[in-house]
Parts: sequence; structure tokens; C-alpha cells
Amino acid sequence: MSNDLVKLLLVGTEETLYMVLLSSIVAFLIGVPIGVLLVVTDKGGIFPLYKVNKIAGFLINVIRSTPEIILIIILLPLSKFIVGTTLGANAAIVSISIGSAPFIARIIENSLKEVEFGKIEAAESMGATPIDIIKKVLLPEALPSIVRGITIAIIGIIGFTAIAGAIGAGGLGSLAIRFGYQRFRTDVLIGTVVILVIIVQAIQLIGDLIAKSINKKRFKFE
Amino acid sequence: MITVKNISKTFNTPTGKVEVLRDISLEIARGDIFGVIGFSGAGKSTLIRCLNGLEKPDSGNIIIGENEITKLNGKELRSARKKIGMIFQQFNLFDSKTVYENIAFPLEISGYKKEAIKRRVEEILELVELSEKRDSYPLQLSGGQKQRVGIARALANDPDVLLSDEATSALDPQTTFSILELLKNINQRLSLTIVIITHELDVLRYCTNNMVVLEDGHIVEEGNTENLFLNPKSDTLKKFITITEGFQNNRKFSGGEGI
Repeated sequence: MSNDLVKLLLVGTEETLYMVLLSSIVAFLIGVPIGVLLVVTDKGGIFPLYKVNKIAGFLINVIRSTPEIILIIILLPLSKFIVGTTLGANAAIVSISIGSAPFIARIIENSLKEVEFGKIEAAESMGATPIDIIKKVLLPEALPSIVRGITIAIIGIIGFTAIAGAIGAGGLGSLAIRFGYQRFRTDVLIGTVVILVIIVQAIQLIGDLIAKSINKKRFKFE
Repeated sequence: MITVKNISKTFNTPTGKVEVLRDISLEIARGDIFGVIGFSGAGKSTLIRCLNGLEKPDSGNIIIGENEITKLNGKELRSARKKIGMIFQQFNLFDSKTVYENIAFPLEISGYKKEAIKRRVEEILELVELSEKRDSYPLQLSGGQKQRVGIARALANDPDVLLSDEATSALDPQTTFSILELLKNINQRLSLTIVIITHELDVLRYCTNNMVVLEDGHIVEEGNTENLFLNPKSDTLKKFITITEGFQNNRKFSGGEGI
């Protein structure tokens, strides 16, 4: 009975990692520019555009306040349009990316706002353009904080993929529901939880290490 | 070199309007070291920030060299700023960049080639005596070294004017002295016009030729630094001198060593 356990968990893990990786990349590509936009267009930012800022903020709040499982259902037609199906990992990636991008945008916004205004002003006083300031001051200065934030976001995305598993995305979440819950396979349930814990721990560890190594370089005394 | 004509500036704060600058006019000659002194809130920082357009005056004109700063659009202002260096009390160095990269920043954004940047940065590093720190990060430097990097960064683009916004206020007296020496030295070697904002009397006395005293947003006294110190007329300057001398007298009595 339980000799299929390893095989089930392996396939589930592979699907989950695939979804997390691709969703994270796409969410990052959408979320980072929006996060930057939120900061630079804010009142007192380096390129104030009050209306754009308000609209972006509002849209982010709308997506963030929609429960994840409902968001996935709402976005099913979009998945169908982009990947041609509403089932499987690829369909889920569309929903998860769009659902996670606003979270990443807020994290980036938060990190960038921690950069001391004096540094931005110093760059302005040297004649830097807004693009220069974003690329060469804001993002590099906030990098350790961004790395930590992205780590949190990726862990959030892992949770998101588990929920997507409930409605046909595959992966460890789907395994836990279809086998662990509906077929009373406690071994599968526990297996998925253990693997998820390991994945989350690993990602947190890697994120911490990267952030630390950046800071270490900057603080090191010879 | 710098002409300021009737500028005024009001800030809207939650508690009402605050008139920070009232009808300020002044003239700074090329190659001068010019001081602005006043108590906190007198409008010194706002005045110096108007000079490079970080703050826009509500009325009046500012002319630096051939540029009328108050009339420039965004792009023109950016290119004018490349010829106006600025240093800050909190240094405002980029922690993510090495000393070398910090000084290279203004050159990079001006579109210089790598080779030219390298040559210029090395030259400037020598001028501020920090060549051996080129690969350090700002967090690894002392306050005085940080300000030297700040000065180097401000000078990289070979500006005509250097604005110093309380640049020595966070430094100890000895470091302050060495930074002032550096500024004086640069002023002579590069015939750079320097505007110094400060609340430290010794700073003014030591290195400026001419100065103005700001009180509550307007100029209450102006002229040759030596003359003003010999014969202060405004309340602000009298207070400054009395307070400073008072400290010195106290020290004489308590420690017995003078200074």
C-alpha cells in the first residue's frame, strides 16, 4: 500500500518546485516594477504622479484583499487564454503569479522607502535622472532588505501553490487533499507537510545567507 | 558668480504657514569662501538648498554663473547641478558602493568612459588623501574619512561651486579642522567658489572671507568676516560670540588650562 508513497511525494515535490520557481520569477518581474512605481510616483518621491500612485495602490489592495482561492477561480479564464487550459501546474502559475505580484510590489515598496532620503537627495544634487536614481541608488541601497522581502514572498508563494492544488493545480497541496484528506492516507499527509517544511526552511536559509553576505561585505573591517 | 535676488520661501506645515526665507538678496564672488550663519530654524539650509534647486523659492531669482537656476527646466537643472557640488552633514554616501564607486557615481551619470572615470577618481582620491581606502565601503570609514569621500564625490565633476550644508557639524573639532583645511586648500588650488552653512562660529572665522547672518528668514548682517566679528551688530551674531566666549571663559576657570 505505501510503496507508492515515495513516488507520489517525488512527483508532488517536483510539481510544487516547478510552480514555485516559475510563479516567483513571473511575480517578481511584474511586482518589482510596480513596487518601484509606487515609490517614485509617491508624493515627495523622485517622480511624483499622484493619480498613477493612487490607482496602482488601489489595484494592489483589491487583489490583495481577494482570498487566494477565489482569486484563482476568477483568473481561470485568463489561464485558459494564456496557457490554453485551466488545469495543471501551468494554469496555476498564471493565477499564482498575478496573485503574488501585488505582495511583492508592497515588499519592494517597503524596502525602497527605507533608503534614507538624504542619499536620494545627494544623487539629485549631482544631477542624476530618476532612472539613474532607481538603478544606481534605490535598488542597490535597498538590496539586503529586498532579498529578505523576496524570501518572505517566495514562502508565501509556496502556500499559494498548496491552495491552488485544491482546485486542480497538482503539486504537494493537491496530494495532501486528494490522498491525505479524501483517501485517509495519513502517511501522504505527513509526508507532504515534512517536505513543505524542508522547502521553506531551505529557502529561508538561502535568503538569510544572501542578505547576510551582502551586509557582511559592506560592514567588514579590515 | 552667485547672485540671489529677493528670494522668499514659505512652507505649508500642519500647524500653518512658516515663512522660512524673506526677501533674501546676496552676491557671492567667484573664488570666495562665503559663510552663512544663524541659529537652528533661521533658514540657512533652505537657502543653500535653493541654490541648487533642491528647494524652489516662491519668488525671486538665483543666478549661478550663466544659469538662472530658478528658470531652468528639469533637464537643464540636472545639467547645471553637475557644476554645483554639495556636501552634507550626514555625508549621504551610498553604502552599497565602495569609496571608488561613490566618487565615480557623478561621472557615470554624466556619461564618461570607464578610462576617464578611473583617471579622474584616482586624481581626486589623491587630493582628499584617501587613495588607500579606495576599495573600502562607507560603513568601514570614520566620520572624517566619510566627509572626505563626500567632498571627493562633490568635486568629481569639476564643479564651479561647492555647497556645504553643515558639513562639519557631525565631526569632532580636530576632524573639523582637517576638513576645513582641505576645503581651503581646494578653494585655492581649483579657484572654486564655496558656500558654507554652519552654526559653528569657529568654522566661519577660520575659513570664510565674507558672510551673512540669518535671523528668522532674513539677512540681518553681512560683510567681511573679520569686520563682522570685530564689530557684531545683530543679536544673532552677538549671541553667538557671547556664548562661544562664555564657554571658553568657563573652561579657563574650571580647568585652568585655557584654550
